[in-house]
Amino acid sequence: MTTLGVWIAALLTLCILSFLYKDNPFYKFAEHLFVGVSAGYVVALTYHNTLIPNLFVPLLKQGDYILIIPLILGIMMLLRLFPKVGWISRWPLAFIVGVTAGFWLITYLQSNGLVQIRETLRPFNSLGNIVIAIGVLTGLTYFFFSKEHKGVFGKTAKVGIWFLMVTFGASFGYTVMARISLLIGRMHFLLSDWLGLIK
Amino acid sequence: MSAIEKLRNIDRRFIFIAIALAVIVPLLFPIGLPVTVSPSVQKLYDAIEELPPGSKVLMSFDYGTSTMPEVYPMNLAVAQHCFSRDLKVVGTVLWPEGVSLGQNALEIAAEKYGKVYGTDYVNLGYKVGGMVVIQAIGRDIREIFPEDFRGTPIEELPIMEGVRNFDRFRLVVTFSAGDPGVREWVMIAQARYHKKVGAGCTAVSAPAFYPYLDTGQLVGLLGGMKGAAEYEKLLQSQGPATAGMDAQSVAHAVIICFILFGNLVMLITKRKTERRSL
Amino acid sequence: MRRQVPLIITFIAGTIMIIAYFIPREPFGGLRQRFSVWFLIIAAFALILGIGNLIKIHGKRISRQSAGWGYSVVLLVGLAAMSVLGIGWGIERSTPFHYLFWNMQIPLSATMFALLAFFVASASYRAFRIRSFEATLLLAAAVVVMLGRVPLGNLLWPRLPAVANWIMTFPNTAGQRAIMIGIALGVVSSSLRIILGIERTYLGGGQQ
Repeated sequence: MTTLGVWIAALLTLCILSFLYKDNPFYKFAEHLFVGVSAGYVVALTYHNTLIPNLFVPLLKQGDYILIIPLILGIMMLLRLFPKVGWISRWPLAFIVGVTAGFWLITYLQSNGLVQIRETLRPFNSLGNIVIAIGVLTGLTYFFFSKEHKGVFGKTAKVGIWFLMVTFGASFGYTVMARISLLIGRMHFLLSDWLGLIK
Repeated sequence: MSAIEKLRNIDRRFIFIAIALAVIVPLLFPIGLPVTVSPSVQKLYDAIEELPPGSKVLMSFDYGTSTMPEVYPMNLAVAQHCFSRDLKVVGTVLWPEGVSLGQNALEIAAEKYGKVYGTDYVNLGYKVGGMVVIQAIGRDIREIFPEDFRGTPIEELPIMEGVRNFDRFRLVVTFSAGDPGVREWVMIAQARYHKKVGAGCTAVSAPAFYPYLDTGQLVGLLGGMKGAAEYEKLLQSQGPATAGMDAQSVAHAVIICFILFGNLVMLITKRKTERRSL
Repeated sequence: MRRQVPLIITFIAGTIMIIAYFIPREPFGGLRQRFSVWFLIIAAFALILGIGNLIKIHGKRISRQSAGWGYSVVLLVGLAAMSVLGIGWGIERSTPFHYLFWNMQIPLSATMFALLAFFVASASYRAFRIRSFEATLLLAAAVVVMLGRVPLGNLLWPRLPAVANWIMTFPNTAGQRAIMIGIALGVVSSSLRIILGIERTYLGGGQQ
């Protein structure tokens, strides 16, 4: 990182942090610059890493003319920018949705459904196996809303809530950890690269 | 306004200052608290240790700049581990910014161990599509990645010789900040193609992947900056994650104090209100 | 036509992806691979559509000189600079594109998300209230994990990391798995509804 680069990065960091005091023009400037620069990054990457190698080179240099179909569908997608003909974008959208639905149906069922159910139904030869089996079954009971949560069913669902609360607690702990890490990253940059207070 | 009411309605900027100090002070004056290695991190380390030299590892950089402080250190640490073991790394990217970040990590690690681009490692670049891209790699990687991120045809890269699909890869490691990421690699590369998959991810998403660890669908998992620090400990290197662990500890303690103090204030206010109503 | 053709496209694309899973031989395996390449090309155009929309909205703000139009200029200049430099000079480490990425995009993006640390701290003080047994459970798990996962926990009580690990490995796994199975069943039913044309909301409203 050059000295000028470090200074630009530090000033932009401070512009964003200034929001903590209150919303201000420096923050707004940095916020808009962030959106613009990020969008520009995506344009360049999409051009170099997808459109050139997967569309233009095979279509124009290698004569893979069937790629005209996704090219046309892609252009149809862009027509959404024009309200009068925007409905045409439904065709490529339908393709994207169809492929995704077909893909997800099998993969979710196999990996997140069947494998998880199989691995829950283990012999009760350890405390861990018992905890997982009870937790999964009661948790799923809680998610079953077609029957009123009353009596034994309600009590089972209640145990499910307890498991879910522990899960959410753990997730909260990890979320705090994540957010603090991001702050540490920026503070480390300011104190080390910019101010040189940390070696 | 009583002292309790003042505390209840404290200007949030005082809280901001407290949390900033909780991070800045330990960074300036490190205590050097020892890092303990958790089993899920040890497992990923062991999975890489077990690979014979020359094995190919598929490394996917599925994260962006927003989560860089968490994921980049683990990317760097695992890349260094791979090169130190003479493993060859083929990089793919499912998040646009992962191209630059992953390449940076690979280049730093490669410089340290004298590895050459194209022979010892490669970055095949970004493809939009997530799960569909992974599925396409399973059938023919050349069709979906005909060039590397620089535009070099895949046939001209020695590292890609004989690589057609997942078959030549001994391990898949994804560095992920969300979807597409760990979930997609597990669902396709592991569940469909039975490859060993390891992962490094943000702390926010880590708890959701514990079921995959339990089933063996993930061979190991690094969660957040702490996971990276643990990996750095295993490598016996002082990396960027280790440097942040003291600040992480102090900031967690401060937030726990906030929660407890906030509840104490609520309790006192509640009792006062009850007394008044009597 | 405006609705029937998209429904047919969805049905064909979805069905082929499912059949190709069970019969990976030709023609289904090849078709799935073709569809995957088409998918990524169309998805790339979808990204461009998003950028186009951004330009349209901010272009309007500038032409109408509505409040804060100067910021829209900043946005469009940033977008143009990154796009032109990236497409014209490449995206490698030594390029101006990489310089802007490293010195502008990283600090802006990383700091934007680092702000969340302050808001999490503020919310912890103001909103995390223990009003029931369930909330107590949540708090207890959170505290054990927060302390057990950092070096400080080990210092306070050497067994705390192991307790945190137990929570993550068993009760957390159980809860996450219940959620995971629930989501999987939801995805399966939604996907079926989409492929069979029962679920059509993705087509939006408007004329038939």
